[in-house]
Amino acid sequence: MTNIIKTTPTDTSLTFECETGNYHTFCPISCVSWLYQKIEDSFFLVVGTKTCGYFLQNALGVMIFAEPRYAIAELEETDISAQVNDYLELKRLCLQIKHDRNPSVIVWIGTCTTEIIKMDLEGMARRLETEIQVPTIVARANGLDYAFTQGEDTVLAALVHRCPEQPSMGSAVQKRNHPPLVLFGSLPSSVATQLELDLKQHGISIDGWLPAQRYSQLPALNEDTYVVGVNPFLSRTAAALMRRRKCTLIGAPFPIGPDGTHAWIKAICDTLKVKPKNLDQRETAMWQKLESYLPNLRGKSVFFMGDNLLEISLARFLTRCGIIVFEVGIPYLDKRFQGAELALLESTCNKMGVPTPRIVEKPDNYNQIQRIRELQPDLVITGMAHANPLEARGISTKWSVEFTFAQIHGFTNSRDILELVSRPLRRNNALENPQMENMMSGVNWANRREWQ
Amino acid sequence: MKLAYWMYAGPAHIGTLRVASSFKNVHAIMHAPLGDDYFNVMRSMLERERDFTPVTASIVDRHVLARGSQDKVVDNLTRKAKEEASDLILLTPTCTSSILQEDLALFVERASQTINSDVLLADVNHYRVNEFQAADRTFEQIIRFFIEKNEKSVNPKEYKRTINPSVNILGIFTLGFHHHHDCRELKRLLNGLGIEVNLVFPESGLVNDIPKLKQAWFNLVPYREVGLMAAMYLKEKYNMPYVSVTPIGTINIGEFISQVENILNSLDETQSWNFNQYVKHQMQVVSQAGWFARSIDCQNLTGKPAVVFGDATHAAAMTKLLVREIGVRVVCAGTYCTHDADWFGEQVQGLTNEVLITDDYTQVGNMIARLEPTAIFGTQMERHIGKRLGIPCGVISAPVHIQNFPLGYRPFLGYEGANQIADLVYNSFTLGMEDHLLEIFGGHDTKEVITKSLSNDTGLSWTNDGLAELQKVPGFVRNKVKRNTEQFAREQNIMTISAETLYAAKEAIS
Repeated sequence: MTNIIKTTPTDTSLTFECETGNYHTFCPISCVSWLYQKIEDSFFLVVGTKTCGYFLQNALGVMIFAEPRYAIAELEETDISAQVNDYLELKRLCLQIKHDRNPSVIVWIGTCTTEIIKMDLEGMARRLETEIQVPTIVARANGLDYAFTQGEDTVLAALVHRCPEQPSMGSAVQKRNHPPLVLFGSLPSSVATQLELDLKQHGISIDGWLPAQRYSQLPALNEDTYVVGVNPFLSRTAAALMRRRKCTLIGAPFPIGPDGTHAWIKAICDTLKVKPKNLDQRETAMWQKLESYLPNLRGKSVFFMGDNLLEISLARFLTRCGIIVFEVGIPYLDKRFQGAELALLESTCNKMGVPTPRIVEKPDNYNQIQRIRELQPDLVITGMAHANPLEARGISTKWSVEFTFAQIHGFTNSRDILELVSRPLRRNNALENPQMENMMSGVNWANRREWQ
Repeated sequence: MKLAYWMYAGPAHIGTLRVASSFKNVHAIMHAPLGDDYFNVMRSMLERERDFTPVTASIVDRHVLARGSQDKVVDNLTRKAKEEASDLILLTPTCTSSILQEDLALFVERASQTINSDVLLADVNHYRVNEFQAADRTFEQIIRFFIEKNEKSVNPKEYKRTINPSVNILGIFTLGFHHHHDCRELKRLLNGLGIEVNLVFPESGLVNDIPKLKQAWFNLVPYREVGLMAAMYLKEKYNMPYVSVTPIGTINIGEFISQVENILNSLDETQSWNFNQYVKHQMQVVSQAGWFARSIDCQNLTGKPAVVFGDATHAAAMTKLLVREIGVRVVCAGTYCTHDADWFGEQVQGLTNEVLITDDYTQVGNMIARLEPTAIFGTQMERHIGKRLGIPCGVISAPVHIQNFPLGYRPFLGYEGANQIADLVYNSFTLGMEDHLLEIFGGHDTKEVITKSLSNDTGLSWTNDGLAELQKVPGFVRNKVKRNTEQFAREQNIMTISAETLYAAKEAIS
């Protein structure tokens, strides 16, 4: 069943594989957790079952208790068997939400169940919106089609349709010497500001973000607008921007790590015909600041099991840091949207003189565990389901979800990525317990409990 | 449709998975879309489990919607049987497969023809039962299957009743509230009574040992949420008696022991069992709880109003304990086990002013706010309600978070459990008292804390955007960031601090 293929050092171009798709990841509805915080006047209604609710409440832990602006419209047996009218039910809940919270926009998150029973969310939202006078948009962030961060992609793609054509009259017309530029991808506002400041140094000012801090501040989009993504999982949003709003997409690696940020800014400057100022120096200075982390990382090996689509960019940055990446598992790879990133990964590998990693789309966690067992990497970046069992088998791990919630974009935050990556290695150096080492080496690799 | 923010009991498949993954060498395959395997994360995190959770998914995706998942499920069952050599593979339906209405039983039948492991389809309906009911049902289903399989086999092995009295403990399982500690304490209690433990199920049990259940004289069901159905089945099948009193609190422990005594006396008439001496010794020497209730400190607790909420087992037992053993006034007792409301009502009758049966946490919150108790004994949720209202809370029941999976020994059952609960109750109330006193006397420390601020004499100024950025920094590090930035600005001879300066400082100072 299991086939273990080792990367040979002669590989110089990227190879792509596809496995069975039996892997662990978060359900894409988890995007409500960061999007409701990002869009301050929104309310997210997940139309799903107890399963969805249970996942959200456990995955998001303490956020539940802070009066969150999201809830589950829990489908009951009567809903499934169409004994009640979906429209009236949703109307009742949305009126209650309007009454209790008065949001500027309600986002319905469609789930597996609404897909299977073919609930016409888009149709109902359009009708309800005019009836209760609250903008209502629909994003089908379900586990049938998407993984984890792709949930944000579906929400942003739905938001694209709500962006105005022309900037509102109130907003000050910015002085600039380049066409309008809009960035897309949800980032904490401080990270967004940092990226804006990085662009400002080269004389580039932006016309807005998708999403903005408030629903009412969505950026204007038209055929003159240039758009650039900040995260690798936003391919549907990019497609919607190009096809529906005729925007021009700037294909660039993503601003993760100093090398990525450099390439991202460079691509924007080149497209907008702006001359970058001291960009190389800026990158070099950043690498010098990272130097304290690098000696401990050089020559170490990393294995990405894959669950959040940030993997290619992180692998590229880590390779540039002198790490050897064995495998990059990834739920879904859009080779067009990630084209520039893939090219940078390949050239980075060549530049660093290391073999290119094996890229495995829709990985199979069971096979991956066999490969990890064979390869014994220094660090496995994986979900929480496998982290403790791998640690017990003497394999250092880093919880992949932290990369989604930590601030990792731009020059400034490169250090935070290395902080995350090097922490398990530092922790292992800090602990002294020879008995523990002996104990852990004996653990069985199968799913079998041998303890009493 | 129901607007829900939070739920006490999880969906049905969680219950099934908790039972399946508690057995040794049993693998569960969920028929579910991507992302529904969150159970593995919970088990790995909350239980800090060292092994891979024996749960995988047979993924339902677009192709499955179009073509059905027949081959996929059968392939996955076959593949897992080869990879894991499990004794049993349990196919677990989820909410998604409930609506797809595929004939999962047929897939199980097909797969079972080619593989060596036993294969079962968990018989639970997502829309009718919750986590606890599903766990109870699945547990009974597995027990029944292996007992009947054993009877059918060509050479039925006869398992004779043990010579010395022995017992099975049914219903200890993974992600249970203090289950492992309770199990150890139960074993200790039984050991003291001279009763051997025949088998513990499902935790760490092998399914092939299930026929050996017959060897025991009787069964114990410590928690009524899970295990009762299996005990009733064994009673019906082999006329095995069972005890379902939860030995929480010394009065309940006494009741528990007397039921055990009666069963032993009725099963073996040649001997006369009497545990009075043991109980007396435990009460006087081992357990401090009885003396604690009579000690002078505990007088202060008399008549203090408290609210109890949790699963039926723990909430009922805690209500009894608080009222009869400590003298606390329970102003409201409630449970989210709505399916077991009658039993709960009977148990707390006469002990409390109000009974609340609901699985809606806002109702619980409103009730607590209205009654203003001095302490709450509830779940993780009541702890948060208490935090908001400034009322201390002791956690006595699932759902709980990682801090309620303690490494140290913290049983709730048995005599040591009584000690633990006494501490929990006492600490909850004294903290509440202390709070009041602090309020009356104006806090612990009347001295103003002088913040280490470097910004007074510097002549540095902040621009509006700089201040706005500073406000985005979380409160607990904001002062540090401010100091560092100002220090950086001074070194760089920057007199006006903007957002750019702030981030330049962040880069410069690690």
